[in-house]
Amino acid sequence: MQIKKKSKVNVAIPTASMPDIIFMLLIFFMVATVIRQYSGLQVKLPDAQKIQKIEGSKRHVMTIWVGEGNQIVCNDVTIKKMSELRQVVYEKRANDPQLKIALKIEKTTDMGMVNDVHQELRKASALSVYYFAVPGGEF
Amino acid sequence: MLLGKKKESNVEIPSASLSDIVFLLLIFFLVTTSIDTEKGLDLVLPPPGDTEIKIPKENLANMLVNASGQVLLDGEIIKVRQISRIIREKITANPNLVISLKTDKETEYDIYIHVLDQLKKAEAKKISLAEPDKE
Repeated sequence: MQIKKKSKVNVAIPTASMPDIIFMLLIFFMVATVIRQYSGLQVKLPDAQKIQKIEGSKRHVMTIWVGEGNQIVCNDVTIKKMSELRQVVYEKRANDPQLKIALKIEKTTDMGMVNDVHQELRKASALSVYYFAVPGGEF
Repeated sequence: MLLGKKKESNVEIPSASLSDIVFLLLIFFLVTTSIDTEKGLDLVLPPPGDTEIKIPKENLANMLVNASGQVLLDGEIIKVRQISRIIREKITANPNLVISLKTDKETEYDIYIHVLDQLKKAEAKKISLAEPDKE
């Protein structure tokens, strides 16, 4: 009989701290979220193995897309002339000296184009670049 | 006296719906957050201006990549996947080695990334980008 009584012990999960946990999660996601996302261009990235994450916060990253037909999009600005790129990057860098450039370039682009982008970035003093790539195996 | 009693009525803010509101906010941020897993190869471009730094010939490895993806390293044609091994050997022999990477105007970006990847694999820290020749 005593055994039966024991099974009637309170088995409810304590929910008193649940709001605290939810608050913690909420604050984490609020801090981690960077709302401004740009859709950019659809590009096929090359593959590489020794890729690494961009150091530091995503807030200091400016993305430049170079798509098919050598169209350039820089965050949300479509670049029509090469010299515009320098202007856009320079203004951005003046506001944020830690600026890093993420380059998402279509893999069939030729190096003449990539080099033109390099030259513009150098003139805008944005020297830290990341060539975005997808993880890939041996080629 | 009646007025005084009225002041003592219940003035607490109802907190029963607080957790509902917090849940809603949580779900909103959960949905909008995109934890990016995108990664890339990092490189530091040379500062602007034509500052020519003289590098002694013995500390320089010339690497040329042509339009069809052939790699020429110090006068020898090699395959892309051989780069990391050869460069690693060269770097152990000479830690001050600077790799000068020069591409053709029509080289594909894909090949350039593969070459850069190989150099990263060989732990080459000093990579110099040479401009493609202007015609």
